[in-house]
Amino acid sequence: MKETPVKVAAEDGRIVEPPTSDDSPLAVRGLTVSYGDKPAVFSVDTIVPQGSMMAIVGPNGAGKSTLLKAVLGIVKPLSGTVSIFGESLSEAQQRVAYVPQRASVDWDFPTRVIDVVLMGLYRELGLLGWLTNRHRKTARACLERVGMVEFAERQIGQLSGGQQQRVFLARALAQDADLYLLDEPFSGVDAATEKAIIDVLKSLKSQNKTVVCVHHDLATVADYFDRVLLINVQKIAEGPVATTFTAENLQRTYGGRLAATHIDDLQLPAG
Amino acid sequence: MGSEFVMLSLTPILIGILASIACALPGNFLVLRRQALIGDAISHVVLPGIVVAFLLTGTVASLPMMIGAAGAATIAVILIETIKRLGRIEPGAAMGVVFTSMFAGGVLLLEQSDTSSVHLDVEHALMGNLESLVWFAADGWSSLLDPVALAALPPELPRIAAVCALVAGLTYLFWRPLKISTFDEGFAQSMGIPTTAISIGLVIAAAVAAVAAFDAVGSIIVIAMFICPPAAARLMTNRLEVQVGWSTVFAVVSAVLGYVFAGYGPLWLGGQHAVSAAGMIATVSGVILGLACLFGPQRKRVGEAATD
Amino acid sequence: MWTTFLDALLLQAGYNAALVAVGAALLGVAAGTTGTFLVLRKRALVSDAIAHATLPGIGLAFICMIALGGDGRNLAGLMLGSALTAAAGLLLVAWISRATRLSEDAAIGAVLSVFFGFGIVLLTLIQTMSSGRQAGLDGLLLGSTAGMLFQDGIIIAVGGALAVAAVFALRRPMTLVAFDAEFAKASGWNVGYIDLAIMGLVLGVTVIGLKIVGLILIVAMLIIPAVSARFWTERTEHVVLGAGLIGGLSGYVGAALSASAPAVPTGPIIVLVCAFLFVLSLLFAPIRGVLASLLRHRRFQVRVHRRQGLLALAHSEAIHDRMTLAVLRRDGLIRADGVATDIGRAQAAKALLDERRWEIVRQLQFAEGAKANFDGLTPIEGVLTKDELAEVDRRLGPLSIVGG
Repeated sequence: MKETPVKVAAEDGRIVEPPTSDDSPLAVRGLTVSYGDKPAVFSVDTIVPQGSMMAIVGPNGAGKSTLLKAVLGIVKPLSGTVSIFGESLSEAQQRVAYVPQRASVDWDFPTRVIDVVLMGLYRELGLLGWLTNRHRKTARACLERVGMVEFAERQIGQLSGGQQQRVFLARALAQDADLYLLDEPFSGVDAATEKAIIDVLKSLKSQNKTVVCVHHDLATVADYFDRVLLINVQKIAEGPVATTFTAENLQRTYGGRLAATHIDDLQLPAG
Repeated sequence: MGSEFVMLSLTPILIGILASIACALPGNFLVLRRQALIGDAISHVVLPGIVVAFLLTGTVASLPMMIGAAGAATIAVILIETIKRLGRIEPGAAMGVVFTSMFAGGVLLLEQSDTSSVHLDVEHALMGNLESLVWFAADGWSSLLDPVALAALPPELPRIAAVCALVAGLTYLFWRPLKISTFDEGFAQSMGIPTTAISIGLVIAAAVAAVAAFDAVGSIIVIAMFICPPAAARLMTNRLEVQVGWSTVFAVVSAVLGYVFAGYGPLWLGGQHAVSAAGMIATVSGVILGLACLFGPQRKRVGEAATD
Repeated sequence: MWTTFLDALLLQAGYNAALVAVGAALLGVAAGTTGTFLVLRKRALVSDAIAHATLPGIGLAFICMIALGGDGRNLAGLMLGSALTAAAGLLLVAWISRATRLSEDAAIGAVLSVFFGFGIVLLTLIQTMSSGRQAGLDGLLLGSTAGMLFQDGIIIAVGGALAVAAVFALRRPMTLVAFDAEFAKASGWNVGYIDLAIMGLVLGVTVIGLKIVGLILIVAMLIIPAVSARFWTERTEHVVLGAGLIGGLSGYVGAALSASAPAVPTGPIIVLVCAFLFVLSLLFAPIRGVLASLLRHRRFQVRVHRRQGLLALAHSEAIHDRMTLAVLRRDGLIRADGVATDIGRAQAAKALLDERRWEIVRQLQFAEGAKANFDGLTPIEGVLTKDELAEVDRRLGPLSIVGG
């Protein structure tokens, strides 16, 4: 159910259409989400090109996770549209994989590592599809990619924070999608895990898959990503890291909350 | 002994077992979702549900009663959600408001209407009448093959058997969506699983189990079986599949031992009359949970959830 | 029936009925205020476990009193017994949720059902005892004031008054802990003891309420007044007062109603009066009531769409959203064919100016608080002072860029 946009004439009579990209992995237009009477995300537009690795960056409470959740249909937007590969979310569901925040689930849940990864295959298995050795092999291969295959039979509560994050990533790999949406995958993990995760994400990129991460560590943005979306409730800037991730844009995103010395440490190109 | 057992004890024990399993199965998910007290709420709102169904239809037929109870449970859940959101009030308080009010309304309706002709009163609602569900037509184990005797089985037995099979079937069919939306609701939603429908479906299934069990065994068993066997089972294992198995075993053991202790316990102690089987089944399930709390191999929390 | 009800309301329906009404009102006040702290501590349903755990105590007390040759129905004795098992239930809930991986709600449900089940076993045991004086115990399930003894009325009235006095004496520390336990701890209060005091009061209210409201529904008297009062005000002290008022009113009116319908258990009547006050609060309270919330949300949604639409006009972008178009048309900001009107252009320019001003504000060091409050909707004049705004405009440069 696509809506035909109403063309609005500007003062000088020009008619301007927003850039359209009908089959880009993720296109968001005018997305507003509010909790109660305060918008968490206000009128955000973004178009993510195929094969890019994009970081969503902004201060705490800037609506980064909310934006991701609205894209996935987990929270209901107040207005705006989301299209994935030119289709609605429900049509393109099987092409999207999601890694939620680690803290969002109860790690005391009675289940093992391998069971969590197998959840990534539920869409393929359906309600009663028989779980075969092929599925178990797929799940173990995904665990292998994140270096966790030895932990397959462990209860999930016994894992460290970094290991839990790797299990979530393995589950997303099992979904075998074209667009990967990750919510703070590097939050509170050890250095080894951080490296393991970024290696996997880069290998996804090399397969021309698209990766979008909510990210909070400004120091690693330039190393890890090729695109960045700066938001603070509204979109501040968006584009290639080299031209967009500038001191000036960061100042606009974070305001006084980011000390000038901190920005200097990032050794960014001048704005 | 054999014929007396078949006539007086076989059907109550079977009904007790089936009712316990029907409640314990959804109870596993309620406990894991930190919604154990939804079971408490449901068992309270079943009363107004069946009273209204009775007043509307004038009969105590089981289908209208089940619809009434399921309807009352659905209304209760919607009200709880509304109050929680609008008032920004903790779920426990919202639940407390709704189920006590509805229960009070049910009691008042019951007292105001003429239900003397039918077996519908508050005491029955609490304690059930498990002991009275005897199989008069039976004269021994051979009656199990006798169509005439089988036709005279107390109707509660086939009813609870059907509901138990239904609940087990639904649990099997929706195992994957239930498991994933209980563990990680956001991820489940991102896969397109309708988690709200799943939660409401779980509550309705629990309500159907509750009303079928309630009819035969009263609301005490219903609450106890929603919570005690699954809670004890959680302390035995770290795998959901195994946990559900343990909870079924505990439910069966509670029903059998509870019935036997209620019927024969007082005699062993020199008394003359049996005590409430429903109460005793709940007590036994509590003792099992107590033992699991003390000795269950997985009773302790390991690795706390994420640090941030 | 109406005259009996009016008589009861005016305390003219006899000495006993008057005592019951006063006792129920005091109980309601004590339950409402105590319950507020319980609800604010997010432990509302612990009271349900406490209430149901009184039943075995009642049974055991009855058996003991008979065994000692006394009257099994002595209310003071039954209250003592019920308090003991209720305390045991409370301790078990705390132990299960501390020592095992089970959460508190599972512990509450388990204790509630098992204690109640065991209590029912004891009641059936008592029924079979040859004493034949068991009648009256099941009145404690749902409350019954019919044929209540004068001395029982005194016990309830005095107990209710004592509970109210205790809440009054402890109101400051309890408010502090309920509002912010961390702060209370830092200011030197022992949060554990105060929680214990709250639970002790809940236990006291439960035991006093056994005869009037009954153990199944006493939890309603603890929770419903607090939740109702919450809809009317955001301030803790006012919630406490409001809950006391609602609880007292429910107890008084409920007891008077039940005096005119003696065959019906008192508990459900009192609870239904309370539930009626709750429904009124839910629907019509001006702060959080359903009507007020619906109106507020609708207004908010219109504001969002209006602002988004104006920005789109200013940026000469196409508008996709139907509701945005409808709002703009309704306010005369665009014509039916989607072209902006003069007013629309003027307001779009203002929206764009505010947008650019915010850009500047984000880069400035002042107005940190204002930045935190930024939501894209509040007019900038309402957030910044005049001189701050002038500073922003100075940095923004000539206004000619607007609409460019």
